[in-house]
Formats: sequence, C-alpha cells, structure tokens
Amino acid sequence: MGADFVMLSLTPLLIGIAAAVACALPGNFLLLRRQALIGDAISHVVLPGIVVAFLLTGVVAALPMMLGAGAAALVAVVLIEVIRRLGRIEPGAAMGVVFTAMFAGGVLLLEQSATSGVHLDVQHALYGNLESLIWLDGYGWAALLDPDALRALPPELPRMAAVMLGVVIFTGVMWRALVISTFDEGFARSMGLPVQALSLSLIVVAAIAAVAAFDAVGSIIVIAMFICPPAAARMMTNRMGAQVAWSVGFAVLSAVSGYVLAGYGPLWLGYDSAVSAAGMIATVSGVILGLAALAGPCRTGGDAQASGAFS
Amino acid sequence: MLWQALTLQLGYNATLVTLGAAMLGMAAGATGTFLYLSKRALVSDAISHATLPGVVLGFMAMVAIGGDGRFLPGLMLGSAVSAGLGLLAVTWLTTRTRLAEDAAIGAVLSVFFGFGIVLLTVVQVMDSGRQAGLETFLLGATAGMLWNEAMLIAGGGALVLALVVLLRRPMSLVAFDPGYAMGQGISLRAVELAMMGLALAITVVGLKVVGLVLIVALLIIPPVAARFWSERVGAVVAIAGLIGGLSGYAGAAISATAPALPTGPIIVLAAFGLFVLSLLLAPGRGVLAAALRHLRFQRRVHLRQGLLALATGQPVYEPLTLRLMRRAGLVRADGVATEEGRAMAARARRDERRWQILRSDPEFEAAAARYDGLTPLGEVLTADQIAAVDQGLRPEGAV
Repeated sequence: MGADFVMLSLTPLLIGIAAAVACALPGNFLLLRRQALIGDAISHVVLPGIVVAFLLTGVVAALPMMLGAGAAALVAVVLIEVIRRLGRIEPGAAMGVVFTAMFAGGVLLLEQSATSGVHLDVQHALYGNLESLIWLDGYGWAALLDPDALRALPPELPRMAAVMLGVVIFTGVMWRALVISTFDEGFARSMGLPVQALSLSLIVVAAIAAVAAFDAVGSIIVIAMFICPPAAARMMTNRMGAQVAWSVGFAVLSAVSGYVLAGYGPLWLGYDSAVSAAGMIATVSGVILGLAALAGPCRTGGDAQASGAFS
Repeated sequence: MLWQALTLQLGYNATLVTLGAAMLGMAAGATGTFLYLSKRALVSDAISHATLPGVVLGFMAMVAIGGDGRFLPGLMLGSAVSAGLGLLAVTWLTTRTRLAEDAAIGAVLSVFFGFGIVLLTVVQVMDSGRQAGLETFLLGATAGMLWNEAMLIAGGGALVLALVVLLRRPMSLVAFDPGYAMGQGISLRAVELAMMGLALAITVVGLKVVGLVLIVALLIIPPVAARFWSERVGAVVAIAGLIGGLSGYAGAAISATAPALPTGPIIVLAAFGLFVLSLLLAPGRGVLAAALRHLRFQRRVHLRQGLLALATGQPVYEPLTLRLMRRAGLVRADGVATEEGRAMAARARRDERRWQILRSDPEFEAAAARYDGLTPLGEVLTADQIAAVDQGLRPEGAV
C-alpha cells in the first residue's frame, strides 16, 4: 500500500467510486418511477454522438465528446417521443427501436473511421478502460499534497468527482420534491410542485452522470450502477432516506471490491494478469443484489409499504 | 459489387450466409411480434446480453477438453444455458421480490454482461484465446463463416419459424387476453414459456450473425414496423417476418461487400430503414396517411363554411377558403359566387337547416348525435325521413 498503490490504483478506484455513486443516486428515483432502463438506453444512444464529435473535431477530447453525447441523448429522447406519439407505440418498444438503431449507427461510424487509425473502439465504449486511468506522477501519498503532481491527475478524476458532487447537491436540494413526486404524483401536483420539470431534470441529471461515467468507465458500469445498488437497497428498507444511504454504500462496496478483485484476485489465484475491472464491478454489484434478494428484510414489500416513506 | 451481393453472385459462401441471415430475420420478426404484443419486448434484451458468459464458458470448456474452442454448436449450447439462467433470474426477481420487471431486466442484463466481460478478459490471456475472436459475438460477423455454421443458422431460423407458425393461435390469445385464454383451457405458463423459449432460441441462433448487443433489435424493430400496416395479428406476424427477412438479407449482402461494414449493425440499420418507411408511408397509421387525412378534413371544413357564408350573403375573406372555392369553380376571381356556387350554397344551407330541426327533435336523437357540421344529412337519414324533416322547414323568416 505504498507508492505503487497511489500511482496505479488510487485514481481508478476513486473514479470508479465517483462513477458508481453518481449513477446510483438518480438510479434510486428512476427505479421507483419504473424508468430503470433509462441508464441502459442512454449508454447505448450516446455512442453515435461521441463518434460524430470525434469525427468533427478529430481529437479524443472530453468537451466535444460530452457535447456530442448530450446531443445524441437529446435526439434519442425526441425520437422516442415522436415514435411513441405518431405510431401509438408503447414506450418500451419505442425505446428499444431507438437505442438499438442509434447504437448500430454508432458502431458503423466507428468501424468506418477505425481504418484511419483511431484509438476509439467499441470495446472501449462497452467496458471502458478503468485500469488505464493511472496517475503517473503519483510517486507516493505525499504527492496528494504536491500541486505539480496533482496537475497530472487523469482529467477523468476531477470531472467525475465534479459530476458526483453535482448529483449529490441536486439530490440534496430537490430531496423533498423528488420523493413526493416519485411516490405520489397527484399529491405533488396538488402541492404546486412542477412535476413535469422535476421528472425532466431527474432524467437530465441521470444523463449527465451516465455520459460522464460512460466516458470514464464504459457503459456496463453505468447500466449496472443505475440499477443494482438501488435495487439491492430497496430490499433492505422501506424508507427512502435509508434506501438511498444503502444504495450509496452498495455502490461504493461494488466499486472498491470489484476493482480489488479484478486487479488482485487473479494474483491470489496464481495467475499473473488482471481481469476487466468494469466487468468485475458489475459482477460484484450483481452478487450484492442477489444476496439482498435472497435475504433482504424487505425483499417482498407487502407489509408497511408506505410507512415512513417520506422521512 | 452491391448489386452482385444483393443478387447473390458473391460466391457460394456469401450466398449461403445471406440466405441464412434472411431466414434468421424472418424467424426473429415473427417471434418478436408476440413479445411486442404482450408488451415484453425488452425481456429479450436481458436474454441476449445474458448469453455472453455462456459463450465464453463454452469456449473455455471446449478448449479444456482439447477441442476447437470456436465450434459453433458448443458455443450456442453454452449461450443457451446462460441465457436461460438470465431469463430465470428475471422471472425470479419479478415474481419473488418487489422489483418491477424493467429493473429486473436491467440488473440481469448488466450483471451477466459484466461477468461475461470478466471471463472474456480471462480468455484473452489464455494461449488459445488470442485468436479466438470471441469479440465478434458482441457485434456479429459473417466473414469467414463456415458452410455448416451457415446451415446451422438457416436451419435454426427455419425451425423457430415453424414453431411460431404452429403456436401462433395460443400465443396471440395469451398476448391479447390472458383471462380468456385461461378460460379456453390454455396454460398461461406453458405459452409464456414457449414464447420466451422461442425468443431465447432466436437469440442463440442469431448471435454469430448479428451479435448479442444488437440481436434484440431484430426482435423489436420488425414487429413495431409491421404494426403500422395492419390491425390483424396474423398479418402483423407475416409482415414482421417479411421485414425481418428483408433486413437480414439486405444487411448480410451489404456487409459482404466491404470489410468495414459489420454485419450486425448493418442488419439493424436496414430494419430501422424499413421501420422509418413504415412510419411514414403505411396506410392508416402512417404519418403521411394521417397528414393527408388531416388535409382533406381541413378542406371539407373550409369549403362548407365558405358555402354557408355564400348562402347568407356574407363575403368570404379567409384566403384558403377563397382559394379552395375558386379552384372548385364556386366563386369567380373577384369573390362573387358562380351559378354552381349559388346552387351548392343553397343546398348546404338547406342541409344545415334540416340538421337544426333534426337536432331540436327528440325523435331523431340518435341521428342528431352524428352532427359535426360536415356530414351531409343524406348519409344519416333515408329519403322518407328527410321528407319528414322537411315538413318542419318553413321559408326563412316566416314564423
């Protein structure tokens, strides 16, 4: 746990934690609103946006890619709505049509551009490269106080941390309104809460978290973290505040133990190479969900469903 | 090159692959229709992503016993087992815990896929793993496909298609009205199992061609597109099969013309193109048909209002109305009514007054409900009834 750890593992670990928490927080509300698959849809549709942004600017830079991803997400939302309204198609199927088609378009663009020597590929989009986000200047714990070394941090870390902070602030500030409108939309409307705007802003926040996490760690973590920690937390408690706390705990636990297992697990078993950290984080979150579904105190709901929901 | 590909002149193997993909698409479209009609289209997304661990474990197992890890039937068997486990997990989470189906789908999809990626990175460092090319199962590839693999895919597709045709009655009954189906002595569980089993089978068969990330599109897009063309289940199934087959055929053919055209995405984009065509052009539910209907309705309203204005001697100012009336020869360029225009205006006026009487007479209550200011009375009443109404007509202004 010395210089090696700081250089090779500290930053990926922190980025993984930040991504997991940023996705799990809005995931709690999406889960209760039956919009759990939004994370899945977003992480598919942003691919063409990112590729187009890359083709236009010619560099693998964060800002244009985020803008491209945002634009693609917007296009997808509009398309889903258009198809739903014009064709009178149920939302699940409309979403299925749009996200598969946009993902296919993104892959095609990627393959077409890949011939010109680009280090942007489908594998990266699917499971990221968390392990490669190392801090070369992190010579030891002392580097954390060294401004020169800090400047060389992988840019994903401050970005992901900022997004996580934003998500935390959003959740904290809008807490009451979000909870009320999630559980009882009619009541929220009668209280004069802007239900539509709240729902939209929740999706926008989720999209920002998804795009930032997608850029840093790939789409698997995004999908898994939007759903598994909140779903596991839901088996543990009937109270919203406790559920969010549990979900953050599960998200951090998944990120840390997943990363450690991926990096060191094979070593303990006598192999010399690591396995995919993103995949392992998703796997661990699934194991946690499985355990919670088997033994969580509130796994079947039923009694005391509503008691204390607002606390 | 493209023309040659579409007319199957790129050699024996490419032809076989193209026909196999067409068969696969047909089976997928037909199967997907029942998933769509019972609003469970996205369950197939969980199934398809859940195949990955099975593919990789199948590969590892075959290498471990000293065989060729890329033996397709073995990989298919592995993927079927893990997809089945994924499906069980979705069902279990939905029925035994408080989670809704969408959350269960998302959880299974991401966890199985994540675990598959972990296994994939394990294989990549195995000696035999470097050239395994298991990544092609993510997005599908037909390049270098063997003869018996293509036959397996075409045969699997044909088998699924035959089963769909065989089971279409109970499956559509269950999709539309589970209660009635149960009353008819149909076992809901058995039919649901069959439906999901077929979806699973088509996923496994299609893995190699379309890839597991996108195979779900072949189960969703064709039925959604077909739904625009018909309101009858049988027709929707057939059209979905046709659209799926066309997409598979065109996608595989186009993809064979150049290396940078991955098969899965091209097939999906072909299906999406057919979907957009359906959305725009389908009669009845299509956008174009709806726009035309709207336009026709608008014209009728404007003409009718213009005629009524002429009849009461009021000038018409509204430009669209004027234009329509001029084109129909009802008014002259200066806005003065022609002979024909006056005659039609009088008829419209009489019709309107007949309606007024009709609506004030409780005897005609049922007919009066059809009043929308547009329908000619002749469409609602018989000649005798109109004569009866006319008895109430007095010259205008008389008491």
